[in-house]
Amino acid sequence: MFEALRAYALIAQMWVRASMAYRTSFWLTTIGNAVTTALDFAVIAIMFLHTSALGGFSLPQVAFLYGTSGMTLGLADLAVGSLDQLGQRVRDGSVDTVLVRPAGALAQLSADRFALRRAGRVFQSALVLAWAVSRLHLDWTAGRVLVTLMLLVCGTVIFGSVFVAGGAFQFIATDAAEVQNSVTYGGSTMLQYPPTIYARDLVRGVIYGVPLAFVNWLPAMYVLGLPDTLGLPGWFRFGSPAAALLCASAAALAWRAALRAYRSTGS
Amino acid sequence: MAVIEVEDVVRTFTVHRRVGRLRRERTEVRAVEGLTFSVQQGEMVGYIGPNGAGKSTTVKMLTGILVPSAGRLRVAGVDPQRERTRLARRIGVVFGQRTTLWWDLPLRDSYELARRIYRIETARYRRNLDRCVELLELGPLLDVPVRQLSLGQRMRGDIAAALLHDPEVLYLDEPTIGLDVVSRNRVRAFLAEVNAEAGTTVLLTTHDLTDIERLCSRVMVIDHGRVVYDGGLDGLHDTGRSERTLVVDLAEPAEPISVPGTRVVRVEGSRQWLAFPASQSAAPLVAAVAANHSLVDLSVREPAIEDVIARMYQERQTERGESTVVGVGD
Repeated sequence: MFEALRAYALIAQMWVRASMAYRTSFWLTTIGNAVTTALDFAVIAIMFLHTSALGGFSLPQVAFLYGTSGMTLGLADLAVGSLDQLGQRVRDGSVDTVLVRPAGALAQLSADRFALRRAGRVFQSALVLAWAVSRLHLDWTAGRVLVTLMLLVCGTVIFGSVFVAGGAFQFIATDAAEVQNSVTYGGSTMLQYPPTIYARDLVRGVIYGVPLAFVNWLPAMYVLGLPDTLGLPGWFRFGSPAAALLCASAAALAWRAALRAYRSTGS
Repeated sequence: MAVIEVEDVVRTFTVHRRVGRLRRERTEVRAVEGLTFSVQQGEMVGYIGPNGAGKSTTVKMLTGILVPSAGRLRVAGVDPQRERTRLARRIGVVFGQRTTLWWDLPLRDSYELARRIYRIETARYRRNLDRCVELLELGPLLDVPVRQLSLGQRMRGDIAAALLHDPEVLYLDEPTIGLDVVSRNRVRAFLAEVNAEAGTTVLLTTHDLTDIERLCSRVMVIDHGRVVYDGGLDGLHDTGRSERTLVVDLAEPAEPISVPGTRVVRVEGSRQWLAFPASQSAAPLVAAVAANHSLVDLSVREPAIEDVIARMYQERQTERGESTVVGVGD
């Protein structure tokens, strides 16, 4: 594990330096990213100018969902988000050069094209989350603090697992990035809004299918002290670690199978 | 001691082929079929064959990139598939078609990364880098971003990167592809030196047979995923039933000269080309020609290895009853 993190850090560092070779482009994309994510939240805020609640959630409560969804996806994207470009590398056979280095393939490929600017989403979501917390007027018991921290860690692991599984799938179908994006980026957008506004079947899909509901919806019910409208067992609110473990194991198995199936290119 | 051991290795690929508009047909292609060979420590082996013969597939299995479908592989006592990262510390790989260097960073940075990833001690790193810089003339290039290097410069840079951690085995996949004559010679001289000095075992796949003539004492020829020849360069000439050519300049134009065991391949004015088996001496033939004609000048041409190998493939194909002609060197 230490070896993998070390390799990851070494390669990520190289990419940060390489990106500095094009300084202007670095700053332009950083600013661009900040603007687009800020607009995202502006949309929600504008909506609340016309209505005082969304699916029974107040603005600070939606902001809590928005902040946690953005932060977890942002952290996962920062760490392993590059895997969604893996198909390109598989297609041109350049995974070969990674496999001849004495370091784990997953660590190296996750660090591939590491970009600090992806931290922008994390930072911006953290601000929204901080604002939500200040406006929620909750009694911050040890339980609430703990579940919020658990939410951030497990949510990051769940999104990260989706990235890894998606990367693994791209070994077989090199143009599968879109499927994965719909789960990660699409899923994150979905989680920014209260579950109560979605159709039941969709919600069921993100509980039992790809368990994205465990990222923030379920733990948020506990933190925000909301009644369960989904009709789920009470312990589901604390089920995030189990869901994260399940996702990570499935992703790890998929990754191993994918590496074995790697066929390189003809030359 | 055998450094590379390959026993009955098979690798198949599933290929999807379009049949008609929507239907696809799955076929199993055997890239490597029952491959068996071993390489001793310190050997420098040329691994040649036509396109699609299974050369790259073999090298990729020996590095752990590809998993064999069947059979047993060992490199430096390690199973490449099961302990890929452990093996990676002990081997060096250069893919002629693909660089391991960092495109946007100065060459030096790629070497620094290698130092840290392979955990090379500083003293050893310095010594190896200095030697590579000197022999491959990399000095002025160290601070240049890789994207600005020419192909030949980059290849030299890649070879140095593969040797910084003192690998026991070095695989070179087309190391001189696309290089000019000067770069080629520099790379060859360097490889010969590394092999002689450090005793590094080298496996070289190439289309450039001069690489092999200059560097390798042993040649393995692979065709359709099997080793069809394994031995010295001289033996290759015998197996390929190669011919030398005697070129004679006569005092005046004459009928094609007839000497038993030889054949005239070309006549041009008073000059004639006579082919004879490479294993025979030219002396009796010269005497036989001189007995009946007045000779002005003569020379003997050695067979080109390309022709030898091309003939080998052709013969194998006639045996198999195939009609496709395989070219060598393309």
